[in-house]
Amino acid sequence: MKYPEPKLDNGSALRELGSARANRRQFIKGVIASGAAVAGAGMLAGCGGGGDGAVSAGSVERMVRLMVNGVERTVDVLPNETLTMTLRYKLNLTGTKLGCDRGECGACTVLVDDVSTYSCSTLTHQVRSKAITTIEGLESPDGTLHPVQQAMIDELGPQCGFCTPGQVLSAAALLQTNPNPTRDEVRMALSGNLCRCGAYDNYTNAVMRAAQNA
Amino acid sequence: MSKDMMPSFELYQPDSVDGAVDLLSDAGDTGWVLAGGNDSFDWFKDRVKRPAAVVDLGALDELRGVRELPDGGIEIGALTTLTEVENDPLVRERYSVLADAAGKVASPQIRNTGTLGGNLCQDTRCWYYRYGVDCYRAGGDSCYADSPQGQNREHCLWGADRCVAVSPSDTAPALVALDARMVVHNADGDREVAAEDFFIGPDIDIERMTILEPGEILTAVRIPADWAGATFYFEKVADRETWDFALVSIAAAMVVEGGTIARARLAAGGVECVPRRLSAAEAAVTGQPKSEETATVAGQLAVRNATPLNFNHFKIPLLQNLVTRAVRDA
Repeated sequence: MKYPEPKLDNGSALRELGSARANRRQFIKGVIASGAAVAGAGMLAGCGGGGDGAVSAGSVERMVRLMVNGVERTVDVLPNETLTMTLRYKLNLTGTKLGCDRGECGACTVLVDDVSTYSCSTLTHQVRSKAITTIEGLESPDGTLHPVQQAMIDELGPQCGFCTPGQVLSAAALLQTNPNPTRDEVRMALSGNLCRCGAYDNYTNAVMRAAQNA
Repeated sequence: MSKDMMPSFELYQPDSVDGAVDLLSDAGDTGWVLAGGNDSFDWFKDRVKRPAAVVDLGALDELRGVRELPDGGIEIGALTTLTEVENDPLVRERYSVLADAAGKVASPQIRNTGTLGGNLCQDTRCWYYRYGVDCYRAGGDSCYADSPQGQNREHCLWGADRCVAVSPSDTAPALVALDARMVVHNADGDREVAAEDFFIGPDIDIERMTILEPGEILTAVRIPADWAGATFYFEKVADRETWDFALVSIAAAMVVEGGTIARARLAAGGVECVPRRLSAAEAAVTGQPKSEETATVAGQLAVRNATPLNFNHFKIPLLQNLVTRAVRDA
């Protein structure tokens, strides 16, 4: 038996894929927004519902100003919202990756007051008064890459690249406090960032090169 | 594992310790003390613990930093990060065993936000319990780790009482070795508790790891002057060099005068629900020359009466060797 030849129309298939992707993204954003509204309603009810005045007095305000990559951003943040969520889904800074969401992989690493921090294990409300740097904010205003970023390119540091923003920020934090690290110090500084491709040596090479070039 | 939002809660950020205690007293069993959050958020995200009121201590600057005490000891605020403890000049100079222990915790990022108080008060890592099963510690009526098929490689050698979970903290054995005092604050004010008595096993309360009750917070740790500058040793053995909990850890503080051990305190992590004080080994080394022979005897005494489970026999020679090394190599 002969099956009918499938009709191939790559153009329309790709268009469909594209629109499906857009829809998926919009759908996810919609879910996040509605989830926010539901959770927020619960919180407001909890705050206003005849509770103890003294208890409500310390409760957090949702509208906050965050200093992200040198720019002050006003954003509506839930009490139970992690910094990863705020950065990715409210501020559209998707360079910060969400890997494990449990402080076990390091893909979400950002700098908080120049200190490397897992943004998945930090509430946005915990860092309201701090300066946050994501991978998007590491390059100079004129577009010159950070020495670590440039060295990653020169040394072909990343393989798939998913863990790279976290690795770069951990390395940048290291070079701020220790501009001339040994290889072992680099390995320790990056020990909180997993790489499923196993490109650890390439990353270490890149950080050593960045230290020389900086 | 889900990657959606953790369930909602009220978040409070009091600006005074008394304010925090008021909030926690009002919240009772539905309250939660938040410091760095590294332990807390895992519980929330996994829906295993669902507090209604989370009290973030982050704004309480008086709980940060290392201060010198009039008697020559030091006081470390509970919110001081592990990175700060590791790098603090006073801690390194006088109590390097604590700096070493803090530097062995997890990963750089976790040490950057994780606090000394949080490291001491964190819950146990028994994965059955953390998975959310109805074990004794979770208020149920069985132990999944201490069962014929239970995976209990990481569990205890001593103090099993329905629950076989162990203390996961690296800094806790160091503070027991240093004879530290925990400063606990509640509505009635401050009280000091010896580090050894701060941690409790399942025989005292199976649902808590410390004496802290709802409405109480650990505000500081005080380390007495009489162990300043002693001879110290800390070693942690884990499956990985970094970012892992101890299988067994050893912390030792000894005063050695003319080759003789005048005083000694030894504590081990990962072998009991509390940091285990190794009193028999301490007694055996006191007044003895700091030698290979003394160290060997200390190791042998340290593991006496150990009761292994199905898969953790290896912890007995591991602890024995660590104690021997601590006494010999410190």
